[in-house]
Parts: sequence; C-alpha cells; structure tokens
Amino acid sequence: MPISTQTTESGPTGPGSTPESGQKPPQSPATRQQKAVVRPGDRIFSAATLIAGILILVILAGVALFLLAQSKDTITAQISDPSQITGGKGFFSYVWPLVIGTLISAAIALIVATPFSLGIALFTTHMAPRKLAPVLGYVIDLLAAIPSVVYGLWGIALAGNLTGFYLWLSKWFGWIPIFAPAADGSVSQTGRTLLTASLVLSIMILPIITSLTREIFLQTPRLQEEAALALGATRWEMIRMAVLPFGKSGIVSATMLGLGRALGETMAVAMILSPGVLTASLVVSGNQTIASEIAQNFPEAAGLRLSELITVGLVLFVITLLVNMGARAIVARTSVKGS
Amino acid sequence: MTTMNTTTEAAVSKPAKLTSKQLPKATPWIVAVASILVAIVISFIAFGGFNIPVVAVLAGLINAIAVFAVSASYEGRRKAVDRIATTIVTSTFVLACVPLISLLWLTVSKGGAAISGDLLTRTMLGMKGVLDQQYVAGEATLAGGFYHAIVGTVLITLAACVISIPIGVLTAIYLVEYSNKNRLGKAITFLVDVMTGIPSIVAGLFAFALFSTIANVLLPGAAGIAKTGFTAAVALSVLMIPIVVRNTEEILRLVPMDLREASYALGVPKWKTIVKIVLPTSVSGILSGVTIAIARVIGETAPIMVTAGFAKTLNWNLFSGWMSTLPTFIYDSQLRPVSPGAAALASSERAWAAALVLVALVMVLNLLARIIAKVLAPKAGR
Repeated sequence: MPISTQTTESGPTGPGSTPESGQKPPQSPATRQQKAVVRPGDRIFSAATLIAGILILVILAGVALFLLAQSKDTITAQISDPSQITGGKGFFSYVWPLVIGTLISAAIALIVATPFSLGIALFTTHMAPRKLAPVLGYVIDLLAAIPSVVYGLWGIALAGNLTGFYLWLSKWFGWIPIFAPAADGSVSQTGRTLLTASLVLSIMILPIITSLTREIFLQTPRLQEEAALALGATRWEMIRMAVLPFGKSGIVSATMLGLGRALGETMAVAMILSPGVLTASLVVSGNQTIASEIAQNFPEAAGLRLSELITVGLVLFVITLLVNMGARAIVARTSVKGS
Repeated sequence: MTTMNTTTEAAVSKPAKLTSKQLPKATPWIVAVASILVAIVISFIAFGGFNIPVVAVLAGLINAIAVFAVSASYEGRRKAVDRIATTIVTSTFVLACVPLISLLWLTVSKGGAAISGDLLTRTMLGMKGVLDQQYVAGEATLAGGFYHAIVGTVLITLAACVISIPIGVLTAIYLVEYSNKNRLGKAITFLVDVMTGIPSIVAGLFAFALFSTIANVLLPGAAGIAKTGFTAAVALSVLMIPIVVRNTEEILRLVPMDLREASYALGVPKWKTIVKIVLPTSVSGILSGVTIAIARVIGETAPIMVTAGFAKTLNWNLFSGWMSTLPTFIYDSQLRPVSPGAAALASSERAWAAALVLVALVMVLNLLARIIAKVLAPKAGR
C-alpha cells in the first residue's frame, strides 16, 4: 500500500514532484504544492457532508413550500367566498386578532423577562462568588430544561392565586386599559388570562436571554474592567462603563431571540389561557395567540379548517423568521465591527 | 513655580487617605433582617395578617431604601449606588429561583403523591369515567396509566435521533472541514440559525403537511393516515438538527489545527483524518451536545399533537396509527379529562405523575450530558 500524502510537499528540484509519487518521503518543506490528492474515500465523505448540508436548505425551503401547498384551500376560499373562513369575514379579519394577541403576550413576556435576565447574567458573571457562579448558572439553565407542557400544568395549578392580585390591579390601575375590569367590575375568576400566560412565558424565555447575555458579558475585555476598577470605579460603575456598553448589541439580539421564542411558544399559552375574542384588558378572560389557536383546534380540525390553521401557522412562521433574521443581522453586523 | 510649591505643601500638610470609610461587612445582613421585620409589622397593621407576597415585596423595597440611606450617609453616594445595584441584581436572581423551586416542588409533591408502579405499566385501554369517579369517591385505586406514552416517547425520540444525528453531525463536519467559509457554508450557518428559531408547532405543521401531501398523492382522500409516530419523529428532527449542528460545529472548531496537520503530514487522507482524529477527539462534546438536543425535544408537545394525535393505547408501530408521548399525555389528561366534573381530579393526578416522570427524564438527560462531557473528554496533555 503506497503511503499517500495529503498535501504533497516537494521542492521544485526534488525528484518526482507530481502528487502521485506518494512513495517518496516528504521533501524539505521549502515550498508547498497546493494541489492535494483526492481519493474515493475523500470524495464519498465530502459528498455525504455536502448532501447533509444541502438537506438543511431543502428542509427549510420544504417548511415554507409544504405549508403553502396545504394553505391552498384557504387561499382559494379567501378569493372565491371569504365568508367560508372561520368568523365569516375572510382570512385577514380571522387572523389579525391572533397576531395582535401573539404580539401582546410576547411583548409582556419580554418586558418582564429582560430586566431579570440582565440582572441574573450580571449576577452570575460579575457579582456572585467566583466558585458559586457556574452552579448558579446551572440553576438558571434548569429553567430552560423543563418542558413547556409542565410549565402549562404549573400555570393552571397556580393561576387561581393571581385573581386577588388582578382584582387589586383593576381596582387601582383600572384606568389603564390593559388592567381594566369587566363591565361589572370583576376580573377573571380562574386567573387564566393572557397576563398569566405572558408571565409564564416570561419565565420560559428568561433562561434563553440570560444564557446569551451571560456569554456576552463574559467576553468583556478584562483589561477594560480592571482599568475601570483601578481608576477607582465601584463595581457598579465598572459594570456601567465597561460591561454594559460592550454588551449592548448582544443584549439587543438576545432579547430578540427571546422574542422569537415567546412568539412561537405554544403549550404554556394553550393550556393556561381560556381563549376568547380580542380585548384590550389583560386581566379578564379573552384574547388568543396564533400558536395556541392552532394547538387548541388542530386535533378536531378537518377540511378547510385544517387548511386555515396551517395558513395561520405559515403566518407565525413568517413572523418568527423575520424576528430571528433581524436578531442574527444585528449579531453579524456587530461582530464584524468588533473584530 | 510658586503654585507648584503650594500644592505640594498642601499635600504634605494633609496626607492623602488611601482608604475611605466603609460599612462593616455585617451591615447589609442586619439591614435586611430589620427590613423583613418592619415589613411583617406593616403587613399586620395594613393588611391585617401575615401575607407572604406582600411581606416579600415590602421587605425588598424597604431593604433597598434602607441600604441606600445607611450607605449614603456613611460611605457616600457612589458607594451607596453600588450597594443598591448589588442588592437589585442579587434579588433578580433570587426572584428567578422562586418559580423554579415552586415548579419543582409542585411536580414532586403532586406527581409523587399520584405515581405508582401501576401507572407506569398500564395504558389507558378500557378507561371509563366511572373508574375515575370511583377513585375520587375513595372506592378504588387510581386506574389507567401511561405506559403507552413512555413507549411512544422513547420510539419517537429514537427515530428523531436516527434522522437528525447523522444529518446534524455531517453538516457540522461540512461546515468546519470542507466549506472553507464559502457561500454555501455561510448560507447553511445562517439557515441553521434561522431553523433554531422555528416555532415547534410550525415544525409539527410542516411534518403533517409533508406527509398528508404525500398521502394525498399515494392514496387520495386518506390524509388521515399522515398522523403517525414517524411523522412526529420528522417534526422533532426539524427541531433537533439545528441544535446538533450548532453544538457539534462548536466542538469541532475547538479541535486543534495541529492535530489535523500532524495527521496530514503523516500522509493520512482527509476523510480518515476526520474519522480517526477529529471525531474521536471531540466525541465527548458531540455526545453531550446530542444528549442536550434529546433533552430539548423529548419535552416537546405541540409538534407531537399535530402529527401523532393522542393515542389511548399501546402502539409499537411508528409507521401506522396514532401514538402518545408523555407531553401529549399530560396535555390531553389535563385539558380533556376522562370524566368531567369533580372526577377530573383523577386525570389531573395522572397528568402530574407523568409530569414527574418527564421532568425526571429531562433532568437525567441533562445530567448525563454533563457527565459524558467530563468522562469522555480527551485527556489533557502531560
């Protein structure tokens, strides 16, 4: 068996400078020949990896294509007779309350989760005792490991405890539309409102934003941190002057990735929320999100309804795609600038 | 010149202090205990009793204000701001632990109370509302079980692994070893990132749409046969592949270039270098990444319920008929109890027992990932 060399190194004057002459021991590494020997094993292996890579492109295209194909019935119904669509007023008047509900719940989740995530990330990177920090990080990662259906179960079990809080909110902050009580002054008796669902969502996206921002904070140049401390800055001043400016864009993209997750999260909302029509108030029952609408109706759906739900799923896909691409674009832009 | 002299003289006459005033180390703790006590007193006066959430919120607020006041009066404003920031940041962490502990506690207490060996070995075959009513009335033990869901979980997850691990690992190898950061490589990296963000229910809808389209072509009008365990496995693969790719890619990039170059220098072909040098070096990372991916998808509910339905009985065949997994079993039991009304409690108990099993499974997988990463890690240099 001839000894084959990957990058045959042979001086221009050396004998047998062709790549095939593998028997020759490598010559002095004075000059490198660029052309490598390609063997059948190499061809097969690289082809396999290439196919796997291309498969990913195919899958993503397939997601869009097959959802579109299954949406055909909805689109034709929308064109020929919009009253066939659930709600009787066409697809868009069916889907927009769902989109608004999804955006509201994701926004609340984000508003609640982001400050907490930043705090936890700072705590584990800069404030906790050095030896304890990895353990504390692991504790937060546990939050991410728990399946969403268990969050849903937990939310159902505890939602009732929130009614007192909601009553209090509606009493003192009822003048803000989102905390307004129902016409008779009551709030949801079960506590299974969009606000509850959003709060559970915020707990679910917390570990994602935390772990991403933690990575960013850990990358803060150590010299800058130490320089700030050496100039007499307190720890908080050091964080404000060195860590936060460095991580600004990272924080933005981490939040957007959390937003993407909150938009697509299904089970917690589907289990906790008792759905209804779109209402401004978040402490009475009502509202619905896209993912939850699909989950709650899909098992019984057939025919046009099935196609409708798949079309709604396509809308969700497009929304999350835009959000995620935006987040990645921010990451890409800043990483170019940073290097 | 004269000004210089005066400043020097001033500095000499009043030696610079190298340290400023600082509160004793125990101060924050004393302040914290004091503010909890004050909060309890206020709770009794204003709310007529001991109310844990009220006390917690009040104690937090009073503590923040008190720390700031004490520190500002003694140490100065900048140190006070530092202390209050530390207090707030620490309390975000403590607050985030509250739901985690509450959730784990509820799962262990509720699930632990309901779980029994029978639940693990029986299915919901022949389950009737009467049985649950008898249980709630205290006349019988809890009937039914979720053996079928455990089997479904294992089968569907295994099938998803079989599909996604080769694709994921090979793609990662392409990205690291072959792409040389060309256009295709960049496109794949970007799309893998995008894929990570696909909502799980959309992945489920995709698999369902794919197979019902195929079913429509093969057997017109039989779209219902698209709901099988295999469809669910495809849906899970869509979620799993990007995780496997990302984790593997990260690990492969950590393999030192020297190892590859040493192998090439010995004349080993590239593919053999990858298979015999690169992969064995990174096997611990790859395996632990795969385990993390499994832990992630094993708890998915939405993609399963739109692709595999809700089976009540045991089904070992991935390619025909509905299947149940632990998550869909939990969802189905909780929201569509066998017996409505008061006896729905029995279904809820089964759901919590299944949740306990599921959470334990996920925790074990996460732990396993850590152990694999430690045990199989390549030995460090001499």
